[in-house]
Amino acid sequence: MRFRVIPFIGLAVSLLLCSTVFAATPIKIGALFAVTGPAAFLGEPERNTAQMVVDEINRTGGIKGRKLELIVYDTGGDATKAVQLATKLVKNDKVSAIIGPSTTGESMAVIPVAEKDHVPLISCAAGIKITDPVKHWVFKTAQNDSLAVARIYEQLQRQKINKIAILTVSDGFGASGREQLKSQAARHGITIVLDDTYGPKDTDMTAQLTKIRGSQAQAIICWGTNPGPAVIAKNARQLGLKIPLYMSHGVSSKKFIELAGEAAEGIRLPSGKVIVADMLPASDPQKKSLLAYVKDYQKHYKAEGDHFGGHAWDAVMLLKGAIERGGDAPAAIRDQLEKTRQFHGIGGTFNFSAQDHAGLGKDAFVLVEVKNRDWMIVK
Amino acid sequence: MQFDQILQYTLSGLSTGAIYALIGIGFSIIYNSTGIINFAQGEFVMLGGMLTLFFMGPLKLPLWAAIPCAVLISTLTGIVFERFAIRPLRQPTPINLVIITIGGSILMRGLAMLLWGKDTQSLPPFSGDEPIAIGGATILPQHIWILGITLVIIAINKLYFYHTISGKAMRACAYNRRAAGLVGIDVRRMVMFSFMISSAMGAVAGIIVAPLTMTAYDVGVMLGLKGFCAAIIGGMSSGAATVVGGLILGVLESLGAGLVSSGYKDAIAFIILLLILFIRPQGLFGKADSERV
Repeated sequence: MRFRVIPFIGLAVSLLLCSTVFAATPIKIGALFAVTGPAAFLGEPERNTAQMVVDEINRTGGIKGRKLELIVYDTGGDATKAVQLATKLVKNDKVSAIIGPSTTGESMAVIPVAEKDHVPLISCAAGIKITDPVKHWVFKTAQNDSLAVARIYEQLQRQKINKIAILTVSDGFGASGREQLKSQAARHGITIVLDDTYGPKDTDMTAQLTKIRGSQAQAIICWGTNPGPAVIAKNARQLGLKIPLYMSHGVSSKKFIELAGEAAEGIRLPSGKVIVADMLPASDPQKKSLLAYVKDYQKHYKAEGDHFGGHAWDAVMLLKGAIERGGDAPAAIRDQLEKTRQFHGIGGTFNFSAQDHAGLGKDAFVLVEVKNRDWMIVK
Repeated sequence: MQFDQILQYTLSGLSTGAIYALIGIGFSIIYNSTGIINFAQGEFVMLGGMLTLFFMGPLKLPLWAAIPCAVLISTLTGIVFERFAIRPLRQPTPINLVIITIGGSILMRGLAMLLWGKDTQSLPPFSGDEPIAIGGATILPQHIWILGITLVIIAINKLYFYHTISGKAMRACAYNRRAAGLVGIDVRRMVMFSFMISSAMGAVAGIIVAPLTMTAYDVGVMLGLKGFCAAIIGGMSSGAATVVGGLILGVLESLGAGLVSSGYKDAIAFIILLLILFIRPQGLFGKADSERV
């Protein structure tokens, strides 16, 4: 009996080996996105985009003949879950690299996993502390808050506005924005005359705005993600506030205009270039990628691609470039990512180096204004 | 501090307070007829707003038609909830009932999320959004709608409870369920009525507030808690005391956010809640053993 079984096992094993030789194994890429939960507005377009880009790469023959396999886990915006899933990606799925997570809190929690297990991580979150100080295995594609703040302050300087009020949401995004707004103010000759906050679930901000109306402020900067800023826009209109209202890049999607309606008119905010892709001058090096992304996303999901999804687009494409140049070993991917120069993605033009794992410059943001329910570039 | 700032805080507070009052009355009506705190009350507020959006969006009804449909469906949900979750309970101890209502609220929130997604959505204002100036302060037409509709509903409520047979029967149940049963009042039907009325009121509150605050699957939690707080201040009465409780809460929140710090806005509501429960558990205006309803 035993003698009859052994040849079969031998055959089976050799067949298995053969198949791996003939059809090259796919390159496994892990992804952690907050597809559900409070950060779903980030995670959902990111997941959709990553899947779309990977499918597109596979359809056109993969990378050097090898297909990509994207393994996506939903973190629900929960840092603890993100860490567990990151470990699962590394230990069980044995991925070559990880894309995500979507939020700064989750990214900070996952960083030790990537560092310890030596897997390159490309975070899609914006917090500056993810790549500052530089971590050996960690990169990110979302623009730093500091760049968005700098963009607004430059505009204010140009208009000779030097007294402002800031109104930030009391969560991680708002706190990070508030820190940047305060630390960069002096450098641009701007004084913050009023510094107030609101809760992420608050439904009426007239109290804060009334306080601002009674202050010396010449402009308001509000830092938050939907729906808070839409409520603030409506309240500001109700109170008849005449001073300019600036928002953060956290609301740079059509959803904000939809929510705030009429009250959105005239509001300015820094944004990634994706929402104004067709208005960019032809000389803009990003224009080609941007238009392609918007078109593909429209085709696949019947919705407008936003710059959150763009973070995932950039991450997949950066990985693709790195794998094309150096193969799929995690260490090689990391080294090649760090050597990426002049990559014109959705978030901006990336130039990574050993000192800079965020890779974007100030040109990553344009200042846009809401006009007739659409975005216009502020010249 | 200028006068017009205070006026603005007060006006904003009154309109938020009116919503708290409507939700609070929903709490007390059910409390009085069944003795339970219905923690799913906030979800009817959410259902009101989300269903109106649903009828206007995918079903393309105009606003005036979508509102009654939304209230109707929310009311039916309230009846179904009572019939299938509250009534079948063998031993209705208060703790069981409270846990069931919490479970019900989680279920409704989850279903709403699956059906309509997680996005926040906005309802168009009932009559434009040109601000109206009052003194140095401004309000929106929607604020007048909120205050007006709240007053009308409270008036109807009063008429119902004091001038109709079923209203009087419900008050009888509130005084003494057993005695009410003995004189031939169908207590179970009255309990169902109370769920009907309070789910309809919650839905209306959710609809009239949605153009200002927007709505999403999870708005019910906070609004529900604030409404509960209003009901506690009013000593669980379903009349004027809870209305005043809601208005006080709204104004204090708004003044607190404006004059002290907006970071404490929600804390104010819950500090008041705790103080009332510690010091005057019968409510701000109630005598130790007062008439409820």
